[in-house]
Amino acid sequence: MTQGGPQISSALETRRSGAIGAPVLAIESSCDDTACAILDADGRVLAERVHTQREHDAFGGVVPEIAARAHLAALPGLVEATLRDAGLSAPDLGAIAASTGPGLIGGLIVGSGVGKGMALALGLPFIAVNHIEAHALSPRLPGVVQGGAPFPYLLLLVSGGHCQCIAVEGVGRYRKLGGTIDDAAGEAFDKVAKMLGLGWPGGPAIEALAREGRDDVHPLPRPLLGRPGCDFSFSGLKTAVAQRLAPYGAGALPRRDAADLAASFQTCVADVMVDRAAHALDLLPEATTLVVAGGVAANGAIRARLMALASERGLPFAAPPLRLCTDNAVMVGWAAIETMRAAAGLGRWPFDDTAVRPRPRWPLAEMAERFDVVR
Amino acid sequence: MPERLITLPGPGHTDALGALVARLLRPGDALLLSGPMGAGKSAFARALLRALSGDPALEVPSPTFTLVQTYDTALGPVAHFDLWRLGDAYELEELGWDDARQGIVLVEWAERLDELTPSPALELDLSLDAHGGRTARLVWDDRALALPSLPDVATP
Repeated sequence: MTQGGPQISSALETRRSGAIGAPVLAIESSCDDTACAILDADGRVLAERVHTQREHDAFGGVVPEIAARAHLAALPGLVEATLRDAGLSAPDLGAIAASTGPGLIGGLIVGSGVGKGMALALGLPFIAVNHIEAHALSPRLPGVVQGGAPFPYLLLLVSGGHCQCIAVEGVGRYRKLGGTIDDAAGEAFDKVAKMLGLGWPGGPAIEALAREGRDDVHPLPRPLLGRPGCDFSFSGLKTAVAQRLAPYGAGALPRRDAADLAASFQTCVADVMVDRAAHALDLLPEATTLVVAGGVAANGAIRARLMALASERGLPFAAPPLRLCTDNAVMVGWAAIETMRAAAGLGRWPFDDTAVRPRPRWPLAEMAERFDVVR
Repeated sequence: MPERLITLPGPGHTDALGALVARLLRPGDALLLSGPMGAGKSAFARALLRALSGDPALEVPSPTFTLVQTYDTALGPVAHFDLWRLGDAYELEELGWDDARQGIVLVEWAERLDELTPSPALELDLSLDAHGGRTARLVWDDRALALPSLPDVATP
C-alpha cells in the first residue's frame, strides 16, 4: 500500500503533463442533444456520436428531451460507443473536454460531471469549453475552411438559440460586436413558420414556401436596418407578420398569401443580416474571412446574400457544414485542442479545469482570463 | 380576483406596464403570461426584468431555446420561463420549477402549465389587433386595483 501511493501519483504526473499529443474525448450536453467525439491531436475526428430525440418532434416544434436525466441516461453508453468506434480504450486518451456553459444547467452539470469524473479516474487534464467559443473556433477545424480561417475573422453565429457577431481574434480572444436584443434569427424562422401553419424546423419550410411567393407584396419592417453597430432584433418582425395574419382569423390561410408572406419575411431577414454583417465588418476591418455558422446559414437565399457581401469586400466566405453548426462534440474537442496548444505556447500547459463550475451564462469576453491575455 | 383591461396602443405601453407591475411585485409571486405570438409577452417580461434589476440595458434574451433564464434582482431570483417548446408540464420539474417557485417566476405560454399552474398568481393575457394595438387583460389580487394607469408614452 505505502509503495503503491507514490508510484501512482508519479504516473498521474506523467500523464497530466504528457497529454498533449494524445486523443481528446469531448462531451457536449448544453441543450437538447447529448454528443461525444474523439479527435486526435491534429483535430482529425476519430469518432463521433450524437444522441438526439429530434425524430419525435417532426410536428409542433416541441423538444421533449430537455431533461438532465436524459443526458445522464445517454452519456455513459455514448462515451463507451464512441471509444469503441475510434478503436480506443480510455487509457489511450490524453485529455477530457466538456462544454461547461453557457446553456441549460442540468445538461451542463451532467456533461461536465461525467467529463471531470473520467479525467479524475484516468489521471487526465479536464478542459472546460465555452460552448459559444467552440462555435467560434469551429471554422479552424482542419478541412473546414480552405486556408484554415486565420485570425482575426468575423463570425456571424445565427441559429435557433444564438444570433451574434463575434470578432474572433485568437484563442481565448473574442469580442462580441453585437447580438440580438430579443429573438434569435432561427427562432424567428421557427415562430413565423408556426404562424403560417408550417412544420418544424421552420427554416427549410419557409425557404421552400418562399420560392412560390413574391417578396414585395407585404411590406414588413427591417428592424435596426441602417442603425449603427450590429445588434439584431427580430421580435418586431415577428409581430408584423402576426398583424398581417390577424385579418385571416382562424380560417385557413390561402397558400398564395402564405407564400408571399414567407418570401417577404425571408427577404427581410436577409436584408437585416447583410446590413448587420456589413456593419460588423466595418468594426473589424482587419478581418480575413467572413464566417457564417448556425442553422440559418443553411438558408440558400440568406447565404447567397452574405456571399455577395463577402465578395464585395474581397473576403473569402466560409460556412462550416451544418453538422458542425448544430450542437456537436467535435467543435468542443477542437476548442479544447486549440486551448491546449495556446496554453502550451504560453508555457501554461498542463492546466486543469476541474474546478471550473458549469455556468448557464458565460460571456465570451471572460475567456481571456484563462490566459490573462492583455488587450 | 380583480380584473383590469388595459389598452396598449404601442410597444412603449407594453414596456410601461411591465415597469409598473415590477413595482408591485413581492418575492414568491408568480406571473403567468399568455397570448399569441407577437402579442408582446417577451417585451413585457423584458421591461419588467429591467425595472426589477434597475438596469435599463439589461440583456433579456428570449428564453425560447434555453427554456429558462434566471436573473438576480433586488427581490431575489426571478426565473423567466418560456414553455413554447415544452412537451409536457412534467418536464418543468426537470428545469428546476420547484426551486424557482421559491423566488419569482415569470412564465410565457403559461397555458401549458396545466396542473402545475400556481395559484394565486398574476395572469396577463395579451392580444393583438391588425393595426398593431394590443389589449392586456390582467387578473391579480388586490394589487390589480393598485396598479396606476399607464403614463403617456410616445407611440412610434
